[in-house]
Amino acid sequence: MNEISASLQLAASLIAAADAKLYGIVALSLRVSLSATVIACVVGMPIGAWLAVGRFAGRRVLIVLFNGMMGLPPVAVGLLIYLLLSRAGPLGTFGLLFTPTAMIIAQSVLVAPIVAALTRQVIADAWLEYREQLRSLGASRPRAAATLLWDGRFSLSTAALAGFGRAIAEVGTVMIVGGNIDGVTRVMTTTIALETSKGDLPLALALGVILISLVLAINAVAYLLRGWAARRWG
Amino acid sequence: MSSYLQLSGLDLVEGENAIVRDVTLELAARRTLILGPNGAGKSTLLRLIHGLLRPTGGTVRWPQPLRQAMVFQRPVMLRTTVFKNVIYGLKLAGVKDGERERRAAAALERVGLAHLGARPARVLSGGEQQRVALARAWALEPQVLFLDEPTASLDPASNREVERIIGEFAAAGTRILMTTHNLGQARRLADEIIYIDDGRVLEQAPAAAFFQQPRNARAAAFIREELL
Repeated sequence: MNEISASLQLAASLIAAADAKLYGIVALSLRVSLSATVIACVVGMPIGAWLAVGRFAGRRVLIVLFNGMMGLPPVAVGLLIYLLLSRAGPLGTFGLLFTPTAMIIAQSVLVAPIVAALTRQVIADAWLEYREQLRSLGASRPRAAATLLWDGRFSLSTAALAGFGRAIAEVGTVMIVGGNIDGVTRVMTTTIALETSKGDLPLALALGVILISLVLAINAVAYLLRGWAARRWG
Repeated sequence: MSSYLQLSGLDLVEGENAIVRDVTLELAARRTLILGPNGAGKSTLLRLIHGLLRPTGGTVRWPQPLRQAMVFQRPVMLRTTVFKNVIYGLKLAGVKDGERERRAAAALERVGLAHLGARPARVLSGGEQQRVALARAWALEPQVLFLDEPTASLDPASNREVERIIGEFAAAGTRILMTTHNLGQARRLADEIIYIDDGRVLEQAPAAAFFQQPRNARAAAFIREELL
């Protein structure tokens, strides 16, 4: 019990002192996961909208596939990207393995299906309401999809957020493709895992507190944004 | 008067259900109201004509292609301002920048909502939203306007306003094709009545003649029912 409270105190002092190493880790985590989320949104949202609005062979299969891929195990994605990026792999010549770029790629792959599946749900609901009006106005399906993406921007922030939550909290892919190299590819989750196993609880606890606070804060902001948007735009 | 629209043997069958059956019509009147009880197939017929639904049989023939617009029972507003909702329709219609703004402003003026242009459309009242939908249609300068029970969920004041705007469309030369189950509305707006029930056209007649004495027994019963 004493050990835990002592560790918590040390953790608090680390956070308060703006410890350079601690904040370096936090900054890298944010950089990797935010980049991955942006990429996943740019790729996943149009896919989701097209799955909702489009008419093409294999659409249902793709919907099931994307829904299923929401639950991809991070370690499996990590392994796949590792194989692609490793020296002997098809993308080995770029020398990306064990770099933040590799971690961004891996998290993008992990998160894009989540964003796509959630987007499809949002856009499919809107499509039911808007379909006849948009067709009456002469909107093509791609145009309708684009309109619905814009119109659903506030609801879609939830999809982006779910993706970011997944990315920032996962440890499997970044551990495998990043290698958890001190000062280079060490992020919050991998540090927590490592320091805990080494018995260095203060740093792990400090990062744990920051990680949880970040996720809560971002969710709170998104909640407020959606409330504001509903009042403002209906 | 030559017809602007010819329907021939129009059918819509979904599974076991025939929703529209063998509708053959020629439309020529300025304001035609499709009258009938709920579930008669009025809205479906309108959608078949506008091209939102594909008939399972028969044809819709426009002797000359006409610019069309449709206003629905529940207005569909995008999450943007009133003005941009009107602009959106014009963009899709390929109207040039500049011309779009001019037409949208004039259309909002026409429906009496010029002062609400900057407001978010979806937080307006139902009646105001329906008038935005009418402005969006007005801006497109349609030659035929379809209206599917446009006042079904509106209060009396909004209802009057919407009927006034429909009258302005007609006065500007737009053909009106509208569904309603409201007899008073049909009386106020129609030049011609098409009475349908159970997916079939039972009567097509000039409004004055129809309301004086419908030839069809079910249409007569519908009118009596409404008057009680």
